[in-house]
Parts: sequence; C-alpha cells; structure tokens
Amino acid sequence: MSDITRDEVAHLARLARLDLPEEDLTHYAEQLDVILDAVAAVSQVAADDIPATSHPVPMANVFRDDVNRGCLDRDEVLSQAPAAEDGRFQVPRILDDEEPS
Amino acid sequence: MTAMVTVDDALTRYEPVIGLEVHVELGTVSKMFCGCPTTFGGEPNTQVCPVCLGLPGSLPVVNRAAIESTIRMGLALNCDIAEWCRFARKNYFYPDMPKDYQISQYDEPLCTDGYLDVTVPLADGGSEVVRVGIERVHMEEDTGKLTHTGGATGRIHGADYSLVDYNRAGIPLVEIVTKPVTGTGGLAPAVARAYVAALRDIMRSLGVSDVRMEEGSLRCDANVSLAPPGQPWGTRTETKNVNSLRSVERAVTFEIRRQAGVLDAGGHIVQETRHFHEDDGTTTPGRSKEEAEDYRYFPEPDLLPVAPDPAWVDELRTTLPELPAARRARLQEQWGISDFDMDSLINAGAVELVEATVAAGADQGAARKWWMGELSRAAKDRGVELAELGVTPADVARIADLVGQGTLNDKLARLVFEGVAAGEGSPDEVVAARGLELVSDDTALLAALDDAIAANEDAVAKIRDGKVQAAGAIIGAVMKATRGQADAARVRELLLERLGE
Amino acid sequence: MTEIVRMSATQLVEEMAQGNLSSVEITEAHLDRIDSVDGEIHAYLHVDRDGALATAAEADAARNTGADLPPLAGVPVALKDVMAMRGVPTTVGSRILDGWLPPYDATVVTQLRSNLMPILGKTNMDEFAMGSSTEYSAYGPTRNPWDTTRIPGGSGGGSAAALAAFEAPLAIGTDTGGSIRQPAAVTGTVGVKPTYGGVSRYGLVALASSLDQAGPCARTVRDAAMLHRAIAGYDPMDSTSIDAPVPDFVAAVREGDVRGMRIGLVTELSGDGYQAGVQQRFTEAVELLAGLGAEIVEVSCPNFTHALGAYYLILPSEASSNLAKFDGMRYGLRVSDGDEGVEQVMARTRAAGFGDEVKRRIMLGTYALSSGYYDAYYGQAQKVRTLVQRDFDAAFADCHVLISPTCPTTAFPLGEKVDDPLAMYLNDIATIPVNLAGNAALSMPVGLAPEDGLPVGLQIMAPHHQDARLYSVAGVLEGALEDRWGRPLIEEVGA
Ligand SMILES: [Mg+2]
Ligand SMILES: [Zn+2]
Repeated sequence: MSDITRDEVAHLARLARLDLPEEDLTHYAEQLDVILDAVAAVSQVAADDIPATSHPVPMANVFRDDVNRGCLDRDEVLSQAPAAEDGRFQVPRILDDEEPS
Repeated sequence: MTAMVTVDDALTRYEPVIGLEVHVELGTVSKMFCGCPTTFGGEPNTQVCPVCLGLPGSLPVVNRAAIESTIRMGLALNCDIAEWCRFARKNYFYPDMPKDYQISQYDEPLCTDGYLDVTVPLADGGSEVVRVGIERVHMEEDTGKLTHTGGATGRIHGADYSLVDYNRAGIPLVEIVTKPVTGTGGLAPAVARAYVAALRDIMRSLGVSDVRMEEGSLRCDANVSLAPPGQPWGTRTETKNVNSLRSVERAVTFEIRRQAGVLDAGGHIVQETRHFHEDDGTTTPGRSKEEAEDYRYFPEPDLLPVAPDPAWVDELRTTLPELPAARRARLQEQWGISDFDMDSLINAGAVELVEATVAAGADQGAARKWWMGELSRAAKDRGVELAELGVTPADVARIADLVGQGTLNDKLARLVFEGVAAGEGSPDEVVAARGLELVSDDTALLAALDDAIAANEDAVAKIRDGKVQAAGAIIGAVMKATRGQADAARVRELLLERLGE
Repeated sequence: MTEIVRMSATQLVEEMAQGNLSSVEITEAHLDRIDSVDGEIHAYLHVDRDGALATAAEADAARNTGADLPPLAGVPVALKDVMAMRGVPTTVGSRILDGWLPPYDATVVTQLRSNLMPILGKTNMDEFAMGSSTEYSAYGPTRNPWDTTRIPGGSGGGSAAALAAFEAPLAIGTDTGGSIRQPAAVTGTVGVKPTYGGVSRYGLVALASSLDQAGPCARTVRDAAMLHRAIAGYDPMDSTSIDAPVPDFVAAVREGDVRGMRIGLVTELSGDGYQAGVQQRFTEAVELLAGLGAEIVEVSCPNFTHALGAYYLILPSEASSNLAKFDGMRYGLRVSDGDEGVEQVMARTRAAGFGDEVKRRIMLGTYALSSGYYDAYYGQAQKVRTLVQRDFDAAFADCHVLISPTCPTTAFPLGEKVDDPLAMYLNDIATIPVNLAGNAALSMPVGLAPEDGLPVGLQIMAPHHQDARLYSVAGVLEGALEDRWGRPLIEEVGA
C-alpha cells in the first residue's frame, strides 16, 4: 500500500516546516515506509457502516459564559519571545503573502 | 496586459458568476475560546492569555454567546441549523496565527442552505429583488495583526521584518459563504454590493455585530468567473479583502472587465487569489504557489461536538427581530405607497428615518416629503448621509406639526431645519431664537396692509378694475414688511375684504 | 524509624500528623536524596529547591495554626516536565523549548499548590512524550534504578525512576499510549491512567489531545489513590473534563474486595511475544485473585490487534498539528542566520529543535492527514477506534474489570530499540487500547521476572468513570502479594 518516496518525504517536510538535509530524507523515507506498512492494515479493518470516533468520551455542548477573564502580563509574555519590539513579537520578513482566512 | 473592455461590452458576450465569502467579527464580550476582551484599539498584546496566544498546554473552550449569535445569523438567513457538528483544525503555518492552525469548521458547518433576498437598486430609480443562496454560515477565530516594518513601503514586500499583535487573535468570526450567484448579468456588481449591505443591516438588527467596516470587522472575498451564455462556468478568481461596499462593487466590476479582455484575446483565466487596490480600483494576482495548499483538516479533538437542542434553536428563533427586508415590506403596505416611492426611500437610506418620524407623530406623507426633499438636498450639498445631518426624526415630526398648525409655512420651515442642523437647538428653540413664527394677528397684518395699499396706488387701481393678479404686488409688500412671517393666504383675504368695502 | 525517603506518602502523612516530621524535613530529605543519586539516575531535568521548600514551609505553618489541611499537605511530589509551571523551566524533553518559562500554571499544578504539596522539580521524559524508554529526551536518558543499564520506560521514565530511586514519594505522569503504566511496570511502581477527562489537561503540553491523560504515579496503590483524589475533578478550562464528583478512591482501596467480581483475561493481550517471566508472574497473580474469591473468565477483544496501527495513525496526526506552534516565533528556540524569510526560519528552527522521533511522527501525521490519504489512514483509524471501544463495551458487559500484563517484556537495555521505531512501538501493545477507548487502567508490580530479576507489571482496566474499581482490585492484590513477599517489592530495588 505505502511505498513512500523520497520526494513525498520532501513534500511532507515542506508542509510540516522541517528543513531536512538530503540524507535525512532518504533515511526517513525508509523508516516511514516500514511504519506505514505496519499500520496500513487498519485500512482494511473497518467497513463503511462503522462510525468514526474523534473523541473518546461521548459528550457535547460544553460552553463557557461570555465573560472576561484576566489577561497575561505583556512583559512576562514578551520576555519569552525570541525577539520583540514595541510591545509586539518580532518575526522575520514574510515573503509569502498568501494568508488564508 | 490585455486591453480592458467596458462592463456593458463584456456582458454582451459573457455571463458572470459571482460568489462572496464574508467574515464578520462578532460583538461578543470575550473571545471565541477564551475570556480575553474583544475591544478594539487596545495596546498591543495586552488582551492575550495562554489560550489565544496558543501557549503550549492551553486549551480552548467555546463561547456560548458566539454559538447563539451564529445560530441567530443562520436563522435570519433562512438556513438549516445542524443537529450535530464539530469544529475542525485548518492547518497552515503563518506567524499571525498563534497555534499554526485555525480552529474553524470544515465539512460540518453550524448553518447550511439558506438564502437572502436582496433589493438591488436600478439605474432608472427602481429596484429588483435578487435571491442570493447561502451555502453555509460557520464559526472560526480571527488571527493576530501584522505590521510590516522597514523597507520603503510599509507593505509586506520589501519589509525587513514584521511585528505581531495578538489582541485580535481568537476574536470570534462568522464566515458566510454564498452559493454561486448566476443570471444577474450586468447587475452582478450591484448585487454583490447590495448583498453585503443587506448582510451588514441584518447583523446590526440582530445585534450580533456592530459591523464597523472601517475597523476591519467585516471582510469580504469576491469570487468572479465569466463564461459565454449557455457554456459551463469559467475559471474563477478570488479577490481577497475587499472591505467596503464600494470596493466590493468595484472589485467585481474590474474582474468582469479584466477577465473579458483576457478571454476576448483568446487567453485563459488563471485560478488564483488576487488583491484589490483601493486607490485605483484594480486587482493584481497574489504570489502564485508551486503547489496547492493542503490544510489537512481534521476534527478538533480539544473541543466537543456542538449539538444544539431544537428547543434552544426555537427559543433563539423567538429572539429574532423583524429583519430589514420584512420591515420594509410591512412599512410600504402601512404607508400605502408605490414600489417606486419605496425604492426611492430605500435608495436614499431614508426608510428607518421616515419610520421613526411617523412614530414621532408625523403624517407619512409629510415625513417623506421633508426627508426626500429638503433634507436629502441638504445632505447631498454637505456630502453626508441623511442620518448624519444632525436633524432627528423627532425634529422633523415637530416641524411638520408646526407647519400643520399654521405656525410655520414651508419657507420658514426650511429656515428652522437650517437652524436645527446648525446646532442651534430644538425646532421650538430655533423658531423662538430666530423669531420665525407666522404673524397671525390680524391687527398687525392690517397695519402692514394699509401701509402697502397706500404705497401702491397703481396696483390698487388695477385690482379695482378687476385685474386681481395685481394683488401680488401688495401681498409681496406685506410679506416683505413682515420679513416673510405673514400667512400669504390670509393677507390676500384681508386685502380683498379691504378693497371690497 | 524508616529512612524518610523510603516512606510511602501514607506514612509521611501519618508522621506529619503525629508531629514527628515536618514538611520541610521531608522535602529536604528528598532534595538531599536527589543530590546524591540523580547524577546517576537522571530522573529530573530541573529541581526547584527553593519553590519546594517554600511550599513545605507554608504547609508546616498551616499545620501549626491547627487548620484543616488537605490530606496530602506537605507531601512532596515530582512533576513530569510536560506540565506548564509558571516561572519554572518547562522543556517537554525538547531542545525547542529550552529555557522556556511558562507565564501560567497547568491546572494540575494549581491543584498541587492548593493541596500544599511541595513540587520537587520537573522529571525527564521522551521528547514531547513520544517514546517508551525516555531515551528520546533531548537532555539524555533516565536510568532504571533496578538496573542502570536498562530503560525506565517512557515517556514518563523520569517520574517512575524518581519513585523507584526514592527521589520522590509521589509523581505526576501523563499517559497517551502507556506513558504512565509502562514506566510503572518496568520500575516496580504503581501508575494510573484515569478515565479520559478525569484529570484536567489544561497546561499539559499536548501530544495527542484525544489520547492524553494525566494521572498519579506512586509506590503503593493507596498512595496513588490519594494523589488521584488530589488532582482529579472538573476543570472549566478543559472542554473534555468530566463534570461529576470525584469518587473516594482511598475508600475503594481500604474497602477493596474481589469476592464475586468477574475479572476478564484479555486473550489478545498475552501469549506470543510476551516474555516468559512476565507471563509467569502474571499467571500467578491471576491465580492469587482467583484464590481471593474473584471469578476469572477469558474474554476476546479481536480488534485490539488493530489498536497499535490505529494508534500510530491517530497519534501522529494530532501530534503533527499540536506541535505546529513550535515555530520559533513566540517562545523557545529560534534558529536564523538573520536574513531569512519567516518560512525558512520556522523550518530551520523546527529541524534543529526537534529530535528524530518527533520529526518522524510529525511527518507520519502530516501524511495521514493529507488530501488523498485522509480517508485511508486517519479516517479508517478512527473507525478502528470505534471497534476497539465496542470490544471494551462487550467485555465490560460481562466483566467488572479486565486484566493483562502491562507490557510484553521487562525493562530492556538502553540503546536496544532506539533506532528501531517499530520495535519501540510494540512495547505499548497492551496499554494502547485503553487510550483509544478513553477508559481507565492501572499498572501495579506483581513480582520480578525469574530470568532477569526485573519487575513485572499487571494492568487492570475498568470502564469509563469506574476508576474506583481499579483501586478495589489493586488494593486487595497488593495486600495479598505483600503478605506473600513479606515486604513491598520496591524494597528489593538496588538491593
Ligand atoms: Mg474561513
Ligand atoms: Zn485569550
């Protein structure tokens, strides 16, 4: 079923924002292939009429009231940031302006 | 770039299909998944907590008021309300999004399959009602706000780095997606505009959002495609972030013209997102990607399903106010006015004002006459909306009342409006301060009349010869002497009585 | 008197109540023990000496006023480094959070504080709780106190080793696929995975949100019950938290009785692949339970054989999303040469900050969720999850509790499986079904395997919200085993 290729791993690494060197891509391709082979059997187990379970305990409708709670201290928050300026988080320049919504 | 064609020309050969995705920030007290305030304009990063900052270990909890607002929106848009639905994670990396995924809804939206009837103004002053299908209404969370720093332009390209303020992150959004709108031809841009305006009005009358477009609390993406009549739909473009009513109309117009030009030249439309430029009304392509985004949606495991009890939905249905379109139909019938007159009121944005003026005691005819006449002219002169003129419906009702009583004539009434609009006080205060009351005391009028008769012997002679139209000169003289505050009809009566003696 | 650090939490509570020991003395004794042995064991990533002693002093002061104190007031506890603790380094075993000082407390931390329990420090773990040996910690492995050439289990190897090395009387763990129970089994300690939602997840740095569950680790069943009581309960900050009163687990231990109870042996969770000595000690324990009056029946849960596959699709999928936030923008590591775009900085930071196993699982999860593969992998795995739950439902319709060995083998040598992910995953074969279904389970020691002299764990599984049954059975079994051994098994450690 699987046979995951080096190129696919490169694609996954890009999607997952992992900057991996060439040799790692090949290494991961081999390992992911072994793992996927081992887990692929699940795709044959369940029939169409079996519902999917996303939450282990069947509950619904857990809501909170629309009231304010305390906020964090900005200095404490920004003290943990790799870079900050003017009360804001500083991030590297953004080349890609495709911001979905 | 290929030559642009005019809209009218384009529409002789192509049929447009439009679709609109509108994001509106809900007016809740707290954010979608945490207790931080949603107020606009706070100091950067002072309205944040572990949840909306996406700190490791934090968990979201759904704001009940946001669910209620979304259900009420769905009901107002004639949607079905899901009996059971889940939130989903939309996965993509972007620095304005603290968790690098957005909690949204995917294949299980809370509201589906509705419609909104939109009244589209026509060039001839009439209107047409267009039904816009609603695909879905769902909930999601807003992102933080980026400021681009360094470089020349302050825009994203060429910036050295960016700064992020997460105060806006996690503010509840509803996303309203239309079904494709077809068959509107040349009306397409106006339909787009009227639809967004109608949505805005509904949001306001529901009280779920105050929709301050200038603060970015309503954002619209417009999809446009063209195809020759009878052909399958063409490739669509998605123009992002058209954030005013006027921009919506302009962006759709521009895309129709641009795409027609491309197709005329034998080119094909690239499926892409485009950016709208307020300054010149054009759109330009976004940076194209080598591969399509893969958002890897899956059910949000940190949140439980939402399964609105039908009794709750019914209860929310009872809280719906009369919606703008229904109210307008009711008022037209109440006032017994023609479609044309109603359209004029709608197009002038005067329906609510006239309604309030009538509620304050005025006759509907008088209320319409003042709002559509004198006040519309004044608003136009000053370049403001009617509602911003500084004259309230109560003021109009009072002035109409004074005219009805004979205390004012139309000319004096105009001066009173001028005074009220200038901030000189209530109508009665303006009348008193400016001394604008009609002179209704016959003694004073007779004195002025006698003076006028004495000074206009020629005219008196003519009247006596039967040339009654010569009375105008004498009446004019009386009006002049009383600075316009005489009732001209009464002066005529008195004049004829005097000369007939 | 017994050495302080060798006392159970129950004994420490008693000594404090009698006025024989203060919390400061107890806390200092444990801090001293950490100083002397943790160089070798490496159970802790961070020791919060000042914070622990401050709480101890507070507990002593409160006791001196004669106030009514929470049961565990003054008893120190170790905290798995997966829990956010304000102002205290929280790394989750990863380089990417090196130096992070959370600006807030996890709900469990708040509960420990309000119980006046000194928090000794943060314990070592596999990076982001991915692993079964604690060898995937970015800060070096923890060693098993029974044999320091062997693994202490994982991901919560630090918490379990701290207990077994007498560096803490109690510890907090988290269990996504066995990370409390498997370390308990291989260190001869007790670990409980509560019903999903029984203990708040707020502040627990998520691995797989629908599987993660915090729970108590201890050296005795009764101690585990006390700690469970202290941290359980409804938390409005966690949507998946159970809104119901917390049962009296301590009473369940005290009043435990297995007479007339039907106990199901899960046929799929024993036999082939289970070490002989593990199987032997397990069988002896079953016989003991039968002798105590339990009715033992065999039950089959056929879909458990697919649980591992489903788990290794669901977990990486959720993890790939949960770990996206570690992007170098707001906290933790940022790797940049100063002139790169944001996308490149994120990718370099994540490549440098995450270890191999984390990258492997992120890519696996990214794959399982991506368009074209979702239905075949993630979608199918969720259906298997339904089947596993149905197997449990059927089994619990017939039995009060189910039992199995906790894991197939005793502690394996350090390094043995570190480069063989699949072999590592197989270690959790018996613990994973419970996480998929969300019900409760406990692991307790039932002896040493004859072939290697290492501890063997027995797993007890109970239905949703029936965690008290675990304590009833475990309490009785523990008593019977100690009668047989003449003393607690843990006293054999390092002997
Ligand atoms: Mg959206
Ligand atoms: Zn917040």
